Amino acid sequence: MMPLTSEWLGVNEKIMNKLKHFFKSFLLWELLVGLKLTGRYLFSKKITVQFPEEETPRSARFRGLLALRRYPNGEERCIACKLCEAVCPALAITIEAEPRADGSRRTTKYEVDFFKCIYCGFCEESCPVDSIVATSQMHYHFEKRGENIFTKEKLLAVGDKYEKEIAANRTKDSAYR
Amino acid sequence: MIELEIDGKKVEAEPGNMIIQVADAMGVYIPRFCYHKKLSIAANCRMCLVEVEKIGKPVPACATPISQGMRVFTKSEKALAAQRAVMEFLLINHPLDCPICDQGGECELQDLALGYGDDLSRYTEGKRAVDDENLGSLIATDMTRCIHCTRCVRFGTEVAGMRELGTVWRGEHMEIKTFVGKSLTSEVSGNIIDLCPVGALTSKPYRYTARAWELQQRYTIAPHDCLGSHLNVHVRRNEVMRVVPRESEAINETWLSDRDRFSYTGLKSEDRLNQPMIKQSGHWQSVSWEVALEYMLEALKKVIAVQGPEQAAGIISPSATLEESYLFQRLLRGLGCPNIDHRLRQIDFADQDSMPLYPGLKVKIADLEQQRAVLIIGANVRQEQPLLALRLRKANLKGAQIFCINPIDYQVNFNLNQKLICHPTLLPEMLAGIIKAILVKQAIEAPTTIAEQLKSIQVTEQQQAIAEALSVNQPSTILLGAIAQQHPQAATLRSLASLLAELTGASVNLLTEGANTAGAWLAGAVPHRGAVGLTQDKLGQTIAELFAEPRKAYVLFNVEPAQDCANPKQVTKALQQADLVVALTPYNTPYLQQHADVLLPIAHHAETSGTYVNAEGEWQSFAAVVSAPEQVKPGWKVLRVLGNLADLADFNYTASTEIRDELQGMLANHSLKVAKQVQPRINLAYTKHPLTRITEWPMYRVDGLVRRALPLQQAASHDSVGIRINSKMIEQLQLAAGGLATVEQAGESVTLPVILDERIPQGCALIAGGFAETEVLAESFGAITIHV
Repeated sequence: MMPLTSEWLGVNEKIMNKLKHFFKSFLLWELLVGLKLTGRYLFSKKITVQFPEEETPRSARFRGLLALRRYPNGEERCIACKLCEAVCPALAITIEAEPRADGSRRTTKYEVDFFKCIYCGFCEESCPVDSIVATSQMHYHFEKRGENIFTKEKLLAVGDKYEKEIAANRTKDSAYR
Repeated sequence: MIELEIDGKKVEAEPGNMIIQVADAMGVYIPRFCYHKKLSIAANCRMCLVEVEKIGKPVPACATPISQGMRVFTKSEKALAAQRAVMEFLLINHPLDCPICDQGGECELQDLALGYGDDLSRYTEGKRAVDDENLGSLIATDMTRCIHCTRCVRFGTEVAGMRELGTVWRGEHMEIKTFVGKSLTSEVSGNIIDLCPVGALTSKPYRYTARAWELQQRYTIAPHDCLGSHLNVHVRRNEVMRVVPRESEAINETWLSDRDRFSYTGLKSEDRLNQPMIKQSGHWQSVSWEVALEYMLEALKKVIAVQGPEQAAGIISPSATLEESYLFQRLLRGLGCPNIDHRLRQIDFADQDSMPLYPGLKVKIADLEQQRAVLIIGANVRQEQPLLALRLRKANLKGAQIFCINPIDYQVNFNLNQKLICHPTLLPEMLAGIIKAILVKQAIEAPTTIAEQLKSIQVTEQQQAIAEALSVNQPSTILLGAIAQQHPQAATLRSLASLLAELTGASVNLLTEGANTAGAWLAGAVPHRGAVGLTQDKLGQTIAELFAEPRKAYVLFNVEPAQDCANPKQVTKALQQADLVVALTPYNTPYLQQHADVLLPIAHHAETSGTYVNAEGEWQSFAAVVSAPEQVKPGWKVLRVLGNLADLADFNYTASTEIRDELQGMLANHSLKVAKQVQPRINLAYTKHPLTRITEWPMYRVDGLVRRALPLQQAASHDSVGIRINSKMIEQLQLAAGGLATVEQAGESVTLPVILDERIPQGCALIAGGFAETEVLAESFGAITIHV
């Protein structure tokens, strides 16, 4: 279609603009243009998720809440080598260790201060036994002062709770390591 | 001098040096495991292979003597290839357990593997595993990690003189082992922890508790013997984690005795006193420092005002710092009381006026190695000053003749040319015999003081041999140990030793108790002299008199009276009848709770700054390593505040260094002219009991801190308290070795196990001091009876 230009109609450009404006206003042209976009989204695939019932997917490499893992026989993995404590740039990890009754090297205290933790994941990288790991958990909060410090028991409990997911994520990522 | 070239740099060195020694001196690092500067050369790790021009194969730098014009390349391609290959071999059997290994982070193998190791192993066969040894409560083993450098074996045979570790089998099957089922008994065994380049031998008390990178290193001085070994204390979060030696050629070389190394384990004892306490109508109350100090001072002043100053007494530990001793005596003398003493275990003070400024060594510790003849009198050198015994061993290996006169046939780690083992009361006579031998040989008239007494003495061949050796071999040394000084005739022994020294040209050296006996004398913690030996208007009484004639007030500084003093029974009785007993102590023991009225918590040596003067007169100052817990304060600060509260002049010190500087200034300006020349009082007469008690304070019972160090107590469990007696005596008294028997002394009795000990002479039983079990007994060398 030829454009309705002033030359084509042979009328003054000023009058032509006024006419255009008159018809656009009365025929709600711009509203229709807007509704076209609305209409397009009405029929396209929806991306909104029903949080908290639904969540967006997360990468297997997501670094959320830290956890301590166990071996399948229930033995804790951590051997108190303290590499995570040494590598932690935020000094969030505190470890104390001594020989356990069976003579093995174990921690007596393993604390992570989540106010200090910057979720860099260096602890996981440094761990020789895959004990400390970053889970993909990101929804947690602290109500009282002191709750930000996770003790060894708490960290192990987190690990126990999400072990399946942790293991699955490690398997997914293993091809790239 | 030989000229050679290492890595292109020209260097001159003495012939006979090895390449590695020259390289170390010029700062060129050659990797090594088995080479150690204080041990013989083994050349069995092969890590130090270097290339030498005109020699086809790489040579071990530790075992190749230098020669003229030698050109050594430590980092050439050939050398590096050889070192890499050796590293690959070493890593074949080394487990990859660095994360759980205590050596991780300070491991020579780990460091060198980073430099020379490959990141991938070509070795796919099985690694060997080795059973661990049980070396006792001080050293943990993981023998699989061993790389067979044999440093520990060489330390045992060469330095410690105890062949307790050895190698068995060869090649792949080689293992380091003890004699079947034996743990280490050497008093310097902890050094093999430092020597081990890998994690095969590690410290058991420290096991798994910390990492090298977490620790801060602080410097202090060892608080248990008169050598004052240099320590590096490793601290984490205000807690002492371990103690290692700090190199000091003049004193401890690179070694440390187990007592100095592991006594830190006693720092965390449960009976620590954390708050000042006072006893009111039989009940203990925790109070503030202000209340406790005012209360104590009021009570003490009252006793002095009402009962007289001679009714008060101050007893201070010979391991208290110089500053503490100085302020302690200033405080008490300021209050008018001259009764101050630190000589807890001594009995005989007859010659105290003729003592030098401070007792100690005339020979430098390092120069002991140069002695040609040494006479040890009444000393168990290995237990009392373990590192001094190592020096004597060195002298011995260089050809020195060593003799001893002891009441117990102590085991030593050197060869004794002659040993005279006698009943303790005969010690002076034995010594007099040597003197007589010299007098006769040189045809000198005996000094009038002993001429009469010498007549009845028979000179044996042994005594003649000792006399001969001491005068012929120069330099020669006489060492008087703890038993000689705690002996009832200590003054006679010292006088005889001086006389013998005059006749032979030897030097007389006293191996003093505690860490700071010299400092205590310098500080004036003796009743008859003030600081720097200045004469006093008011003379005090010695510790023996202070307890024999009970006083009304006692101030105890870091003393556990019943375990530290010569006559526990007498001490307990004196404390019981006293109106006021003030104890400045780190510990809250049941004994003190029962007998004291005021307990003031003072800091351990690790928590206070101060100075120890060692036996050779070296002033060694140190700062606090950790801060004191809760209400605990350093002793010198407590004494300073007491001085201020008592309105004594010039007590406003802000740092312990000010006190030390004040003393040093006094020493420079008006130190004591030589002691009063008193005629030596030699009295060989003695009363012989049917059965005499010999008392020694075993190595790990000498002070409160080591008594609380559990690993040391476990290590010494074979040396437990009991009646040690020889088989003839057991038969004679109808006892049974291993059974129980009752000892009676001065009306008190205690039942102890009978231990067969053939080192003890006839007519004696060794019943050690420093144990809770023997707290009720009396004099160190008194009469006892034993029955089943």
